[in-house]
Amino acid sequence: MEKLHFNYAATQPIEHPIHIGVVASGDLEVIMKPTDKKESELNIVTGSDGFKEVWQNVLNRFFDRYPLLADFEINDFGATPGVVNLRLTQAMEALKDEQ
Amino acid sequence: MSEERDWATHREAKANKLSAMSSMIDGKFAKTSDAKAILEGLIAPGDKVVLEGDNQKQATFLSKTLASVDPAKVHDLHMIMSSISRPEHLDIFEDGIASKMDFSFAGPQSTRVSQMIADGTLKVGDIHTYLELYARLYIDLIPNVVLVAADKVDRDGNLYTGYNTEETPVIVESAAFHDGIVIVQANEVVDKLPRVDIPADWVDVIIPADEPYQLEPLFTRDPQNITELQILMAMMAIRGIYEKHNVQSVNHGVGFNTAAIELLLPTYGEQLGLKGKIVPNWEVNPTPTLIPAIESGWVQSIHSFGGEVGMEKYIAARPDVFFVGKDGTMRSNRAFGQMAGQYALDMFVGSTLQIDQYGNSSTVTNGRLSGFGGAPNMGSNPTGRRHSTPAWQSLRPDNDPLGKGQKLVVQMVETFGSNKRPVFVDSLDAVEVRKEAKLQNVPIMIYSEDTTHIVTEEGIAYLYKTSSMAERQAAIEAIAGVTPVGLRSDPAVVKDLRARGIVAFPEDLGVNRNQATRSLLAAQNMEDLVKWSKGLYNPPAKFRSWS
Repeated sequence: MEKLHFNYAATQPIEHPIHIGVVASGDLEVIMKPTDKKESELNIVTGSDGFKEVWQNVLNRFFDRYPLLADFEINDFGATPGVVNLRLTQAMEALKDEQ
Repeated sequence: MSEERDWATHREAKANKLSAMSSMIDGKFAKTSDAKAILEGLIAPGDKVVLEGDNQKQATFLSKTLASVDPAKVHDLHMIMSSISRPEHLDIFEDGIASKMDFSFAGPQSTRVSQMIADGTLKVGDIHTYLELYARLYIDLIPNVVLVAADKVDRDGNLYTGYNTEETPVIVESAAFHDGIVIVQANEVVDKLPRVDIPADWVDVIIPADEPYQLEPLFTRDPQNITELQILMAMMAIRGIYEKHNVQSVNHGVGFNTAAIELLLPTYGEQLGLKGKIVPNWEVNPTPTLIPAIESGWVQSIHSFGGEVGMEKYIAARPDVFFVGKDGTMRSNRAFGQMAGQYALDMFVGSTLQIDQYGNSSTVTNGRLSGFGGAPNMGSNPTGRRHSTPAWQSLRPDNDPLGKGQKLVVQMVETFGSNKRPVFVDSLDAVEVRKEAKLQNVPIMIYSEDTTHIVTEEGIAYLYKTSSMAERQAAIEAIAGVTPVGLRSDPAVVKDLRARGIVAFPEDLGVNRNQATRSLLAAQNMEDLVKWSKGLYNPPAKFRSWS
């Protein structure tokens, strides 16, 4: 198990908390909460050690496209980069649908 | 006056060989126990021999018998085989019975094929597509002997190949009309055949087999294994390709990505109001995941390359859809299937193991020389095509007065494979494999120039719209995720490509990611498929999780 921490500059504040996904094999849960901070802060707990660079790459790409300002809590159980991106973008979409 | 040339040397040689074996052949029938002696007597050293076996049906009895012949009598054969599927297909090279191989596909034996080429045990002529290999049987690989499999034979020697007719007719014809010897293994000898697939006149020797030929349920995909990412990709493909291009006819590859599309037609496709508007006509094996789409009226016709274990009763009960004989069984002539797949389809949708930065793809990866099968026939733009359809015409460039349409060739891949390795790479492993295997060409499955669309979990790249290789690369990078190729993507360029419709993300296509759940599949598991089929589909035991 590994704990990772990232900060990203972001411009689109979220207004409601949201929860997507489950901690099941090959999957993850993403929890986003509104924040007063100027940057998005991400705390990740992952079952697969040694993938910090891959996480960073996935997150760079996500925040380039969808600069959501929020506190992120992510609990991962060996999801592929594609599944991580799916859950993040599903959360983004669910927030957009609420608006 | 010079001496008259003998114009019938092949015919005489064949007659001599057969008459030398006449004590073992009664009419056309030989005993199972004499099979080895028959092959030793009828196959000469250096002969070109076709051994029937594709990715589904295998002439197992004859391949095992060939592996048992005395290498002092039969050696240095030039084997011509669609598929290298079984261990004995390669054992014969280690024993010296054969020395050279021309083939199409080596899926199950691909690792050993690579090793044997490297060792020099196996000399490869070339790797072909199925249709290309059949074509050469009539030009420069005309066989001396063909070893094929039939389901049933009658007392006169007529053959019934039934559901799994596949390659038997095209192989038999090449020998029967050029004085090659046609040797058949038969599952069963009967008084009356359901129908005649190959006339007795084309057949020389029939040997009842000790067991039925091997048959693989290759196109059966359990819906239980379809993931949400595959569902998302399928939704994008339906909206961004099938609907957008008004696609009427299609071939699907064997993977779960296309199984997901098949299972979304009656649900998601129905919601989009596409029923009756897209894909009525199919060239595809009778894959069980098509049952819900057939039952809900999406499919008008399906022509198939081969049968599929468990689908027999269902197919027999749906003659409006499938190509079946009066007896109720499908014909599945593979050569015609490949021809139809090459020339008459709007679209091919497949998957692959690697795509390079330019859009070339291959299933040949390090140490695995897997070959091509039929994919390059379906997955290429036939430049000899002259008829037009709306989908084909929709890809026509608008700046060329002599311009013409193009077949849609779609690759659907997740950016990372199940082995967690990137699918998008700078250079294909196939480039290295070419050197190791001493091949003339890099074994590429589908070339960039033929690839019109790539779908990943990130979005669709409309490659046919790109106007330069640099733009094509940028479009691929935009949907290549966090692979080394994708990491080069420039956000500003992606924005521009999206604005110009060269790249589309789910939101650009009106696809809601949160709808991509397994509950959207028309069937969740094998049992659901059986229910959809009204009990007519009978899945093989290995796909049954219930009693």
